[in-house]
Parts: sequence; structure tokens; C-alpha cells
Amino acid sequence: MRVLLIVIALTALAGCASEPVQPWERGTLAKSEMQWAPDPLEAVLRDHIYFSKEASTGGGGAAGGGCGCN
Amino acid sequence: MRLTPSSVCWLACLAFALALPARAETIAVGQPAPVVVLPSLTEEGRTYDLAQLKGQVVYVDFWASWCGPCRVSFPIIDEIYQELAGRGFLVLAINVDEYPEDAMEFLEALPVSYPVVRDAEGETPAAFGIIGMPTGFLIDQQGTVVKIHQGFRKSDADWLRKEILKLLES
Repeated sequence: MRVLLIVIALTALAGCASEPVQPWERGTLAKSEMQWAPDPLEAVLRDHIYFSKEASTGGGGAAGGGCGCN
Repeated sequence: MRLTPSSVCWLACLAFALALPARAETIAVGQPAPVVVLPSLTEEGRTYDLAQLKGQVVYVDFWASWCGPCRVSFPIIDEIYQELAGRGFLVLAINVDEYPEDAMEFLEALPVSYPVVRDAEGETPAAFGIIGMPTGFLIDQQGTVVKIHQGFRKSDADWLRKEILKLLES
């Protein structure tokens, strides 16, 4: 029983190592509703205010449509 | 078999490694272009075979309707195509959109005069090993990849025209 449980757990874990999204499969990810911030200009502005106030930057994700071309 | 914590750890690593996919290699300059036999997006019933285009300089352009730089590249590549088509240059645009309607909508906004084919399965971009959109492969008369171009900016037009002319004049 214990062995079976471990085998199931390992199989489930291996499932996490799934196929990454390929550059040509990013159509859905590139949709505006999939963006962290819907308005890129506002996101840049907010990020600018954030790093000037907090003395830290980054972690907000990259700008762009998620097409892997930046 | 006794399950010690270390053996479970090793098994976990093994299972994880086995499940990891092998990453496709990007085609390098100097290698022959992979097989491309794809149906046309705009001309019904027509199929394009890259191997049959040997003898011409071909620019294979991978694109999608959701790709921003493709909006920049289409009018520029079409201009170059119209200028050099009579001299043995051809563009083969490969669309990788999930839905053909998205591609058609894009083409209505940015019509081009060169052939556009469609690969919904993603086999061709995998065979070329592209890592971003758009990616263009300049293929010489012998079917060898001569240049690989990722992304697209307006300023790339002159460079691309020069590279194509170099091949056409060789």
C-alpha cells in the first residue's frame, strides 16, 4: 500500500515536468485578458513609481504580448 | 525493495527527468532546410513543398496573428517580394495560429502577395526549432539555410534586401 502510494505520488510529480509552452503556442497567452496588467502604459507608469518609492525594481513581468520575441 | 528516504528521492529525480521533454534543436546556418509540405491558407486545395522550390532563394517566415512584430514585417517583406519576385526570390509565410480565422483577419488587414501556408500542428516550427515569433529563414538556391532572423524591426528591411540580393547575384 505504501509503495503504491509513493508510486502514485511520483507519477503525479513527474506530471509537473510537462511540455513547456512553445513559442508558436502562445496565442492564448498573448491575449489582452491574459495579461497581468491590462494597460501596458499604465503598468510601466506604476512600475516607475514603484521603483522610485521602494528603491527596488523588477518582478512585475516583462512588457509585450507574450510572443517570446522580446 | 526497502524504501529509504534517499531511494525515494532518487526515484523522484528519475521520474522527473524521464518526464522532461527533449528540447528541439534550432536549425543552424549551413544546414539543409527541414521538410516543409503544407496546405495554402488562402488558395484552397493548393499545397506548397519547400523542396520543390529549390533553385530559388526562399525566405521562410514563421508568423502568427498575435505576434506584434509580424505587423511590422508583413508590409516590408511584401515590398521586397514584389521587387525581387521576378529575379528568383520567393517568400513562404508559415502561419502557426490555432484558429485559421485569426490568420485570415490578420491577412485582411495586412494583405500580402506571396504564398501563405498553415501549420496548425506546430510540426514545422518544431523542426526548425524556432525560439520566438517571428523567425525568418533565408534559404539559398540549394536549399541550405543561409541566415536566420528573429524578431522584426523597420530597420531590418535594408539588411534583408541586401542579404537576398547577395544570394540572387551569387
